[in-house]
Amino acid sequence: MDHIGRPDPVPLSDADHPARPRAGAMDALGLALRLAWRQLRSDRARLMTAVAGVMFACVLVFMQLGFKGALFDSATNLLNSMRADLFLMHPMTEASFRPEHIPRARAWQALADADVAQAVPIYMAQASMRNPESGRRRTVQVIGLDVTANAVRFEGLAPLTAALTRPDTFAFDNRSRPEFGPVGEMFAAHGPFRVQIGTRMFELVGMIDIGPSFGADGNAVMSEVNFRRIFSRDPAQTDLVALRLRPGADLGAVQARLQALLPDDVLVLTHPELVAAERAYWENGTPIGFIFLFGSVMGLVVGMVIVYQILFADIAGHLSEYATLKAMGYSNLYLSGVVLGAAIILAVIGFIPGFVTSLFLYDVVAKGTFLPLGMPVERAVGVFALIFGMCFTAGLLAMRKLRDANPADMF
Amino acid sequence: MEAPLDLSNVTFSYGDGELRRQVLKDVSLSVAPGEIVLLTGPSGSGKTTLLTLIGALRGMQEGKCRVLGQELLGAGEADRVRLRRRIGFIFQNHNLLGFLTARQNVAMALELHGGLNDTARLKRAGEMLAAVGLADHADKRPSQLSGGQRQRVAVARALVAEPGLVLADEPTAALDRASGQEVVHLLSDLARRRGTPILLVTHDPRILDIADRIVAMEDGRIIQADAAGH
Ligand SMILES: Nc1ncnc2c1ncn2[C@@H]1O[C@H](COP(=O)(O)OP(=O)(O)O)[C@@H](O)[C@H]1O
Ligand SMILES: [Mg+2]
Repeated sequence: MDHIGRPDPVPLSDADHPARPRAGAMDALGLALRLAWRQLRSDRARLMTAVAGVMFACVLVFMQLGFKGALFDSATNLLNSMRADLFLMHPMTEASFRPEHIPRARAWQALADADVAQAVPIYMAQASMRNPESGRRRTVQVIGLDVTANAVRFEGLAPLTAALTRPDTFAFDNRSRPEFGPVGEMFAAHGPFRVQIGTRMFELVGMIDIGPSFGADGNAVMSEVNFRRIFSRDPAQTDLVALRLRPGADLGAVQARLQALLPDDVLVLTHPELVAAERAYWENGTPIGFIFLFGSVMGLVVGMVIVYQILFADIAGHLSEYATLKAMGYSNLYLSGVVLGAAIILAVIGFIPGFVTSLFLYDVVAKGTFLPLGMPVERAVGVFALIFGMCFTAGLLAMRKLRDANPADMF
Repeated sequence: MEAPLDLSNVTFSYGDGELRRQVLKDVSLSVAPGEIVLLTGPSGSGKTTLLTLIGALRGMQEGKCRVLGQELLGAGEADRVRLRRRIGFIFQNHNLLGFLTARQNVAMALELHGGLNDTARLKRAGEMLAAVGLADHADKRPSQLSGGQRQRVAVARALVAEPGLVLADEPTAALDRASGQEVVHLLSDLARRRGTPILLVTHDPRILDIADRIVAMEDGRIIQADAAGH
């Protein structure tokens, strides 16, 4: 063959040396990605639409997961802050805001074990508390217990025990929602003042740290005696019993002994078990988990439809170009790679602003609702995986349109 | 030296059963190395169908068709895709990728082949564009070029990877007289210098002068093969 006049003497593998290996798989992947990016970039409006779609899905999923996490975290705020070694709870108690009563006698029975130093019955009920500034009433979770026993270690409770033993006194949760009024500020400025809980006037003697939950906007801790001034209840029935063990006692062994000793109207739980049981109720025993799952799935579906539409329209609008590429010897696989590449690029460039927006919204929500919205690494990684999967699926679906690009129709 | 294209007794039908219609009947044709063959004939005579078979764009049914050493009867998809990389296609419409520059479009034909990096590919694409007279337009997008210029980019794309055979189907049909002539003459000049054989379908009597041989088809058959004057 006559080679004169060729612009460059470098031979090409397929044309002249069929035996030479073709461009490596990584090269091909890079080129497919580049082609995908060039195509996406060429239509700014469409690119923006696609990115907005991915971002929307991303923010929606982050918010759903954030709220879900915050709800479950806050649902356990109260039990989480009751630090004791072991707890007695009724096996049928599903959540702390609606406890099944257990006989108070179980507390004294538990003391039969030599390693149990203290047994403190805890009473829990909800009442309304009047905002000292506006006079409006909100539901507050009231916890009554023997404050002098230090089996239950609420943050900030220890210095208040003497004051709390006086009649009609209580300590208020500093992290309660602001609807209760500027209780903390007023206390810091003027010291103790009187607040109405239920139908009685109580004196606020100090602030502690618990945190609100979906069940109650705030918490009030008081002595068992004061508790009974609000709620007329059978004193022989309690809601929860906290146990303090002697130093050096084997937690697991004591738990097993107590469980064997006590009748089966009580469960003996460690603190982590108690918190986990509460969380499990919110996660599995209520439709809340499903609602958030549904919200997340809807976000992903909407995002997927948008990405699919964009990718599909890209192919449908350029069928003859795709067919030309096939005629030139581009394989179906390569062109599928271009479509998937576009999907992956959309996943990445949609996730980044979606993530940043979500961080910002988390902050706004945390300030507005006092729900603890954090961004754990696992959540960021997990949402990226979801968004990636969403775009990948959209790409897989859109890819089928490539079959309509038939190079035989090109001539 | 083996003929780049060798067809014997190729028969092809579209459709099935009642609707079956034979559009190629016993076609035999061969193109010698470096030869430029023009295929003419009335519309519907099967020229395009023949070209799609030769270009491995459509599956063969009957007969033998050897293109660049590859037998196409019974060839698998992978073999056909590989063969297409060694053929330069020029369509009636340029079908350039609108989001790429002329240079990038031409380089697309090189990305299928190993042995060149991106810089080398773009360099060679630029040289090829210069060879079709578009040195100053290499970095424009197709939308910024005239019809004739776009078709010249398509010629550059078809030739840049040094194909063993060029197939063109009415490449001037969408162009005015002058630019049509220009494109076809560019194509035949470049191909001749490189010794690349061309099979070109045309209705256009004004470009018959580039041919080594003119083959006429009618009703799915080759009716006449003339040597053209040179
Ligand atoms: N994809 C197809 N399916 C069915 N019939 C077709 C198809 N393509 C072309 N034909 C028919 O085959 C015949 C030959 O067409 P074609 O090869 O395009 O001829 P030409 O290019 O010479 O005009 C025509 O009658 C046409 O209608
Ligand atoms: Mg035709």
